[in-house]
Formats: sequence, C-alpha cells, structure tokens
Amino acid sequence: MKYFIKKAVTLIITLLFISVITFAAFSVIPGDASMTRLGTEATPDQIEALREEMGLNKPVTERYILWLSDALRGDFGESYQYEGQQVSALLADRLPVTVLLAVISFLMILVLSVPLGILAAKHSGKWLDTAINQLTQITMAIPSFFLGIILTYIFGLILKWFQPGLFISPSENLWGSIRYLIFPAAAIALPKIAMVVKFLRNSVLSEMPKDYVRTAYSKGSSKNRALSRHILKNALIPVITFMALVVAEILAGSIIVEQVFSVPGVGRLLISAISTRDYPVVQAVVTYVTAVVVIINFVVDMLYQLADPRVKAA
Amino acid sequence: MKEKQFRKKHNWQLIIGCGLTGFFVLFTIVGQFWTPYDVTAMDAAARSAPPSLAHIMGTDNFGRDVFSRVMNGCGNTFLVAFCTVGIGAVFGTAIGALTGFYGGWIDEIIMRINDAILSFPSILLALILISLLGPGKLNIIIALGIIFIPSFARIVRGEVLRCKSLEYVQSARVMGISNFRIIFAHILPNIWVSMLTAAMIGFNNAVLSEASMSYLSLGVQPPEASLGRMLSEAQSLIFNAPWYAIFPGIVIILIILGFSMISEGLRKLQWGEN
Repeated sequence: MKYFIKKAVTLIITLLFISVITFAAFSVIPGDASMTRLGTEATPDQIEALREEMGLNKPVTERYILWLSDALRGDFGESYQYEGQQVSALLADRLPVTVLLAVISFLMILVLSVPLGILAAKHSGKWLDTAINQLTQITMAIPSFFLGIILTYIFGLILKWFQPGLFISPSENLWGSIRYLIFPAAAIALPKIAMVVKFLRNSVLSEMPKDYVRTAYSKGSSKNRALSRHILKNALIPVITFMALVVAEILAGSIIVEQVFSVPGVGRLLISAISTRDYPVVQAVVTYVTAVVVIINFVVDMLYQLADPRVKAA
Repeated sequence: MKEKQFRKKHNWQLIIGCGLTGFFVLFTIVGQFWTPYDVTAMDAAARSAPPSLAHIMGTDNFGRDVFSRVMNGCGNTFLVAFCTVGIGAVFGTAIGALTGFYGGWIDEIIMRINDAILSFPSILLALILISLLGPGKLNIIIALGIIFIPSFARIVRGEVLRCKSLEYVQSARVMGISNFRIIFAHILPNIWVSMLTAAMIGFNNAVLSEASMSYLSLGVQPPEASLGRMLSEAQSLIFNAPWYAIFPGIVIILIILGFSMISEGLRKLQWGEN
C-alpha cells in the first residue's frame, strides 16, 4: 500500500509536470493564437480585441490554471481548423477508433509473440531459433507505414478482402469496423511482435541456468514441464514492464498507420492539426497521449509489483 | 561442431551489416554527384513504366527514374541520420560521462528525466516536438537529435560508472591526473564499443523516424527527394506502379537492417553469444 501511494504521488506529480511543459511549450510558439486566427493582415486593434476576448492578456500563471481546470473537465477550447467545433467533441469522435485499433493490435501481439518467444527459447541454438531470430531482425527493420502500404496492395487491391479508404465507423457496424481495422492493426503489430519475441526469448534464456531450474530438472521434470511450471512464471515478469513500451509503441504506430489506411482516428486528427497549425487540437492530443503513456507506465508498475512482490523491498 | 567454430571466428552479422551499410553509404555518396538519369527529368514516353534494363526500378507517374531518385533521396536520409546521431552522441556523451563520474543529486535528477523520456517511443517524441517546431528538415534533425541524447547518456553513464572503480582509473587518480582528463582521455577510449553500439541503434531509429516523418509530410519537404516522401506519393499510384513504392521501401528496410546487424554484431563481440 505504501508502495502504491508513493507511485501514485509520483504519477500525479509527473502528470502536473507534463501539463506545465505542454502549456509552456504552446505558449512560447511564435505568433500567438489571435494572430493565427486573424491572419497577417489584421490591424493591431483587431488583434488586441481578440486577445482580450480569448483571455490572452492575463498573466501566464492565471492562464495556466484556467487551462488546466478546463482541461481536467475535458474542455480544450475550440478548434481553429474546424470552426465552431469543440476540441473535446473532435476527440470524442476519434478516440474510440484509435482505442479499438490499439486493442486489436495489442491482442495480435500477445497471441503471436508469447508462443513464438517460448518456441525460440526452447530450441535455442537450433535451426528453428536461428530462423525466428533472422525473421525478427528483418521484421523489426520494416517501417510500419511501408508494411501498411504493402498490406493495402496485397489484401485491398489484389485480393480485395477490404476496401482501402472506405472505413466503417464502429458505432455503425462494429464487426465491419473490426474487419477493416485488422489490416492496419497487423501493420502496427508485426514489428512489435518481433520486439516482444526477441525480448521474451532472451528473458527465458536468462532464467534457464538458474538454480531453481536445475532443482526442477533434478526432481525429474521434463523440459516442457520446467518451462511451463517454473521458468515462464519468472521469465514473464520482465515482459510485463516491456509491455508498457509496447503499448506506447502501438500508440506511435497507430498515429502513422491511421494515415496509411485513412482511418479517422486520433492520429489523423493530430497530423492534420499539425499541418494546419490547429494548436488547441495539437495541444489536446499531445496532452492526452503523454498522459496515457505515463498512466500505462504506472499501471504496469503496479502489475509488476503484484507479479513479483520482491520489488516492494527495493 | 565445425560450424560452431566457424561462427565464433566470423561474426557474420557484423560482416553483413558493415557490407550493407558500406554499400548504401557509397551508393548515396555517388548519388549526390551522379545518377543514371536526371533526378527531376520527366520522360513523357515512359510514365509509370515497369522495371526494365533502362530503368531498373521503373519510373513514376511523371516518367522520372525511380532508381535515380532513390540514389539521390538516400542523401537526405543519411544527412538527417548523421546529424541527429552527432547531436545525440556529443551531448549524450558529455551528460552521461559527467553525471556518471560525479554522481550526486544532479545525476539523480537527470537520470529521472532520462527515464521519463525513454518511456516514450522515438517516433512519438518526434511527433510531439515537430508539432511544436513545425515541419521541415532542420526541425526533424533538431527533434531527433534531442530525442537521442537520453539513450546515449544512459549507456555512457553506465559504462563510466563501471570503469570508475577499475584499477587503471584508480592509478590515474593516484598519479594526480585531472578528472577531466581521466574521463575523456582514459575512460572514453575504453568504452568505444558500447558507444558505437549506441550510435548504430541511433542510426537505426533515426532512419526509421525520418522516413516516417517524411511520409507524413512533416519531414523533408518537396522538391527535395526523400525515401519516406516517395512512399507517400507512391501510395496513391500503387495499383498502376507498385514498383514505385516497393523499391524505396526495400531500400529503407535494407539500410535499417544494415545498422541493426552492426549493432547486434558489436553486442556479440562484446558480450559473446546471447
């Protein structure tokens, strides 16, 4: 419990820290929001009036507190790009799509990488292990957007298993949406599967020479039994921590792959907002994404502690 | 048994990696001075032509030679990669060596910040920084350079910590050599393998991130050629000219693979198998 409180306090401090940084970073961008909105030909009077209206004349600290209290209620102001649209509404539209995409690719990673990693470790040094090793190294070198383009070409244009560009919203047809998202999810998942396989293999191999494994063998357990009953329990613990990075990687991957498959998710919103200088949207997405990464790290820390009570002492 | 001995003698991953990387560096350097066709020359008669002896990677929708554009476009890929690794290596080494050597509360704080940054994938950080700095080649270099500092600093710090207690450093101290000299003249030359490994991982990430950013049109801007940019153009033409996407993509993969094989090879050199 003490461990939990300590970690929770660190989490809150980190989140506050992130909010200060994102707020400060977007305050120092040359040309403030009033200028972006009115364009370069606005008169100083007009700019002054809009600054007053938008509250840009207030001191920085006051503006930060205002922004934070709004942000905590999910209010990130109005988008510049889509006039009259609330940033929160834009996000609410796109968040479910990205979450669905992330969940599908996370499941793919779990289902495929755990057996492959164990298989590679079990046959370490033999041809199967070598083959898996080569395959993971090559897969890790493939950029997810290129994989996405190839998947679109093969499954979308040649085999016609899905229609590239015609995304079905999950609220309309959940199943159709999932069927479409399987392909972008695969483009995100494949390089990460390679990462996890490699990590898990090395984790299992580093457990193999330990005393408790020798004891298990001397008590007559077979290689399979030693693996499933003894080694895996310990080898999977570091993988839990690694999963935090994998989830963050999935988020990063989805931002890019959404672009390839024209999936209307948070990533596409971010990219279009960056190129149109729609700062409220960029700020909101950046805040969300960084917060998610930090929170996932917190959750993983907690899981780690549940899985391995020894860390509490450390 | 014989095969095993052969493997031990020849670090084939390192050899293939160096070969691949060396080839592409040469390929790129040549591409900055000479290409089989003019990079921007359009040939109306050969629009979207499939690979042939005249155009070994085919042509794009304007009849431009894909092979020439790839040769030239690699220049931006390597330029961005070298600059970012340079920034990361210089600042990362300085920060890592000093914090590792002196320790104390500054070390504690910097390492905490490092850990926080390292929990973000580099592409995500690059996107965040680009959203602040705005798109462009220079901004990509700055963003990726900053991102690479922590990973380099952490590796150098760990190595410096390890070496600090070794005898040669102790005896240098006894001889009254200044701390600055101990760090830069004694410790750093001894940890170059780790630093090189870190640099190779950095190249690997930089090429991947640059290609991704340029694909999203946040990196290298037209009319300059870049592999990522070519892929984003090629995507809409993929049905009629798949070679326009496939070849630049394969070149990206091979460049990344070269760097990752070198870093794996170096790791084996240092720590042995596994």
